[in-house]
Amino acid sequence: MSSVDQQPAASDAPLPPSAEPGEQVKVTRARRSTLWAGIAAIAVVAILGDLPYRVHSGTTSLLAQFFTLVVMASMWNLLAGYGGLVSVGQQAFIGLGAYFVLILAQHGVGPFLGILPAALLCGIVGLPVWWLVSRLRTGYFAITMWVIASVCELIISQISSLGGGTGTGLPGLPSNPTFLTAYTYWATLAVTVIVLAAVYYLLRSPVGLVLTAIRDDETGARSIGARVAWTQQLVFLVAAIGCGAAGALYIISQQFVEPLSAFSVQWSAEMIFITIIGGIGSIEGPILGTIVFFVLQQTLSNEGTWYFIILGLVAMVVAIWAPRGLWGLISDRFGIRLFPVGYWLRRPADGTLPAPKMPTDTQLTP
Amino acid sequence: MIWVNTVVQGILLGGLYALFACGLSLMFGVMNVINLAHGDLAVSAAYIAIGVVAVTHVPAALSFLIVVPIFAVIGYVVQRTLFQAALNRSVLTTLLVTFGLSVVIENGLQQYLSANSHSIDIGSLVSDSFGIGSQITIAYLDLVVLMVAVVVLLGLQYFLSSTANGRLIRAVADDPEAAQLSGVSYRHVFGLAAAIAFGTVALAGLASGMMSQFGPTTGTDTLLLYAFEAVVIGGLGSLWGTLAGGILLGVAQQIGAQFSAADQVLAGQLLFLAILVLRPQGITSRREPA
Repeated sequence: MSSVDQQPAASDAPLPPSAEPGEQVKVTRARRSTLWAGIAAIAVVAILGDLPYRVHSGTTSLLAQFFTLVVMASMWNLLAGYGGLVSVGQQAFIGLGAYFVLILAQHGVGPFLGILPAALLCGIVGLPVWWLVSRLRTGYFAITMWVIASVCELIISQISSLGGGTGTGLPGLPSNPTFLTAYTYWATLAVTVIVLAAVYYLLRSPVGLVLTAIRDDETGARSIGARVAWTQQLVFLVAAIGCGAAGALYIISQQFVEPLSAFSVQWSAEMIFITIIGGIGSIEGPILGTIVFFVLQQTLSNEGTWYFIILGLVAMVVAIWAPRGLWGLISDRFGIRLFPVGYWLRRPADGTLPAPKMPTDTQLTP
Repeated sequence: MIWVNTVVQGILLGGLYALFACGLSLMFGVMNVINLAHGDLAVSAAYIAIGVVAVTHVPAALSFLIVVPIFAVIGYVVQRTLFQAALNRSVLTTLLVTFGLSVVIENGLQQYLSANSHSIDIGSLVSDSFGIGSQITIAYLDLVVLMVAVVVLLGLQYFLSSTANGRLIRAVADDPEAAQLSGVSYRHVFGLAAAIAFGTVALAGLASGMMSQFGPTTGTDTLLLYAFEAVVIGGLGSLWGTLAGGILLGVAQQIGAQFSAADQVLAGQLLFLAILVLRPQGITSRREPA
């Protein structure tokens, strides 16, 4: 079986010589490993959903942290890896998501019910922000997003009903700590599943084709008439909503919020390092990257910020010398796709075509 | 009269911002790199100056004679190795790599030198001032920094327009490949531009470290954004625009500071966003925005 995974190298590859003219070549998105991955995904979600009944609450709150990071990294990956929009200001939406939950809770909407409206409000805020930043490219876009995050922080820290600069607690949470941890965990799991499913279906839709084209060559995508600007706006808004949801989960898990950490550029650093190391431009990359991040963070938790220095160094090395990250290395070596967003060529006669060797140096550069 | 003083203080502050901004502007203009580690480089220059003063006992005010050349060399080496490797990938990779460098520097400083604030001790020079009338006082240090900024910008202007290396830099900025075909190693020229940029950012870091307290996070919290805002307000590709941008930013911040400390930063950022909406090419440049 050869893969045409919506990647330049693969799509450039001619049909193998054995595919004679007139011979039936079936194009399919599914393959056996996909089916198993689908079944496994449902099983994994079911097992994860059952965890609060089985394990200590410390484990579930750690997992909730983990999932929140997966959500953030997936959103940054969608924005930068596919949309070609490298932002160092996504903490604007994380902070706003947290504060929208707070505002709703202060007006009687329970924090868990507030997650969805808070996320959608971030999408609405994203509209004027996009209008402002859409005319900017590369570094200008990145750093202007940072300025916008900083403006949000400065404005919110002056509103005393939201706790001003010192922060405030989140009202309306269940008082029983066991229930609180379990609800938080389930909410986080639900958001994670929704976000990953949304990214997956977005990339499998016709929009996904445009996104993949932008990822590989933005100018080229423009030149063949792909709706680059419209698609970039779409992923920008989706990323705003997703980061808003992550921010909502953050305030619920902390039960407290203050502007300095809610709008900290540390969020961007985490999203970026996770995505780069895991593998930018693939759905699996951010998940793998979060595992690496978490293992390193937990192992070196007594060594101050060393884990962050190591992550930064590794991310720099990976960005330059292995731009498709760990997942790129793994999927090239073993041909695995857990989330198949590309196409496979299948010759029905004897089943398989030899897999073309994928050159790695012409692949995605973030 | 208090407003006149506000504007005067803003102009003085603007000199510092222009000094910060010119390195950022130069690197973006020549190699299309926005160096997200710019602010952290300034802070590390200030830390190194404290170390240099402690070891060699040179007067703190003269520490730039040692620190600036060190940073110029570092700039050349980093450009030829790390940044060039990133550039060979893509412009977006340079963003990721400079951002990574920024985080590594900031956390490294925090790890080794603690999160405490420091400043470069230049004795009574920091507070000496003279008055004009009863309301306006001008600190000598602020005035010197503004003059240094003007001298650096004048020097850069002369260097770029009238020397052989300056012409090489402009040629490479216009078209690296064409310059390469004419026998110019654009990588070497990129290195020269980075050396100048790192040198000026070190100078700015020292000036800022003498004027106020700094800590490991000062670089990303404030300096980088101020430098970037000055560049955008002034308009890219114009050194005088950078000076004007720095001064406008400084004046806006001082006016904001009349209301509250938080408004000081906010006023500068709102000015930046307003310029972005109304006149994205900056106040001096006629060019298209980046």
